[in-house]
Amino acid sequence: MDFDWLFFTEVTLAALGNSALLALTGLAFVLIYKATRVVNLAIGEMLMIGAYLFFSFTAGMGLPPWGAVILSIIGGALLGAAIERSVIRPMLGEAAISVFMVTIGVGSVLIGLTELIWGAEPTALPDFMGKTPIFIGDAYVSRKVVIGFSVAAAVIALFLLAFRFWRGGVALRATASDQAAAYSCGINVPAVFSLAWMFAGAAAAGGGILVGAVGGIAPTMGVFGLSALVVVIVGGLDSIVGVLIGGILVGLLEAWCGTYLGGEYKMLATFSLLMLVLLVRPYGLFGTVEIERL
Amino acid sequence: MTDTILDVRNIEVVYNNTVQVLRGLSLSVPRGQVVALLGSNGAGKSTTLKAVSNLLELEDGAVTSGAITFDGTPIAGLKPHALVRRGLFHVMEGRRIFEDLTVEENLTAATFALSGRGVAPTKFDTVYEYFPRLFERRTGRAGYLSGGEQQMLAIGRALIAQPKLILLDEPSLGLSPKLVEEIFTIIARINRERGVSMLLVEQNAAVAMAVAHTGYILETGKVVIDGPVEKLMRDEDVREFYLGVAGEGSEKSYRDVKHYKRRKRWLS
Ligand SMILES: Nc1ncnc2c1ncn2[C@@H]1O[C@H](COP(=O)(O)OP(=O)(O)OP(=O)(O)O)[C@@H](O)[C@H]1O
Ligand SMILES: [Mg+2]
Repeated sequence: MDFDWLFFTEVTLAALGNSALLALTGLAFVLIYKATRVVNLAIGEMLMIGAYLFFSFTAGMGLPPWGAVILSIIGGALLGAAIERSVIRPMLGEAAISVFMVTIGVGSVLIGLTELIWGAEPTALPDFMGKTPIFIGDAYVSRKVVIGFSVAAAVIALFLLAFRFWRGGVALRATASDQAAAYSCGINVPAVFSLAWMFAGAAAAGGGILVGAVGGIAPTMGVFGLSALVVVIVGGLDSIVGVLIGGILVGLLEAWCGTYLGGEYKMLATFSLLMLVLLVRPYGLFGTVEIERL
Repeated sequence: MTDTILDVRNIEVVYNNTVQVLRGLSLSVPRGQVVALLGSNGAGKSTTLKAVSNLLELEDGAVTSGAITFDGTPIAGLKPHALVRRGLFHVMEGRRIFEDLTVEENLTAATFALSGRGVAPTKFDTVYEYFPRLFERRTGRAGYLSGGEQQMLAIGRALIAQPKLILLDEPSLGLSPKLVEEIFTIIARINRERGVSMLLVEQNAAVAMAVAHTGYILETGKVVIDGPVEKLMRDEDVREFYLGVAGEGSEKSYRDVKHYKRRKRWLS
């Protein structure tokens, strides 16, 4: 039997859409890790809250999609700031493992709140992207995937530019590099922590809307954060380049294995990749070596 | 306005609630002067500077008694960045530049020291005038600078912050004698030309005394000798233990006894 190249291309293009979303979520994770050294396992749940906020603003309150997007992203940023201020900052100086456990707790609380407020049933987000398929050459790609990919890529690019050229981006990288030295330069380090969590919360909320638009929303959709976690561990916890490359790798691998071997191989393949990378490079492909072990 | 920019009164510092490092240390920096703080390894020099800049709390250290006043205001309760924004800049031991930022970005980071002060931003050229070598490397990663250039960058960041007082912790660390001389010449120039007061911690007593007006000598957490640099330079103990110049004309055996007695006095 001949290999169906057209089908392969379509699968790959769809996978790249997922890759971009993984990279965006991973970026949110890395942002928090770099600035505050917190391994935030609640990132998937923060993403979920973003999707549910969007659901409420559109389906519930009948706002136009663009308004709902903006409000959901602001909501995500506020959620990030609230988590940092209320549970993470009081833990400052505690063992990394305790803070890690606390973020797991935060994740569970967010799931519980979602089930209380919105119920446990999966729902679909109102369609706001249209359905006309898009063709790249002969290959068919769903419109949602194309939009998801473009938006995620644009947001990632925006983040990268901000890190490099915005003065606040310099403060963030300085804090990530040496906290005491950042203080000694007059940088308000606690404010930088808040800022990192706000940006991460905003990015996660945006990611949640895109993920929800493609796959629907449910209180369990936070597991997407687990794939994103694999992405950052593969790429290196503190590396932005690593997150981009890890996102592409994991997205493609999941899709190819899911299509050609069957859905049950997806996780197997992803975690095999994870173990392989960790065996060869314990700190991820692009991670800094000195990272503290949990 | 007082003519004392920094006053440290009888402070005690404890790390981790257990290790006492400073035991009733007092010193003061007159406005516009360079004050040297000398002492052997582990005497508590860096701890003194961290107590003044409030960076102590990051290392689980605390001032348990005594008072520190900067420019007329008690510093207790002020966050480190807030102190920097009032004009107190700490150049930490080991340079502590941001290695994965460029030279320019390191200077940009220091511009946060000017937030809310209503002063005109410092031109980076000011730094490059003192340290032309930094200009050549301004777009390169700071981690790739040589040790001397990194020290220049650390002092350059302080210049950006337009401080009233700079705390300098061992700027000579790991540098060749020639570079030490170069850096100290510039430190003296900065003090002269900008009127910045300095509290200078050094192992290299000779070079520190060359730029300082007054000096304090620290042993296990308290001051044992202090005074104008000219007086310290004449002091036999200082000459022998810190400047490495032996006393003259005395018999060896007698000197050994005296040496021992003096040593004992210092350590008690
Ligand atoms: N974070 C800390 N926790 C516990 N003890 C500390 C800490 N920092 C310093 N010390 C102790 O305090 C004492 C004084 O240290 P400090 O760094 O102030 O010395 P120093 O005079 O600067 O010495 P050096 O010339 O070697 O830099 C030392 O005995 C040191 O072990
Ligand atoms: Mg020291």
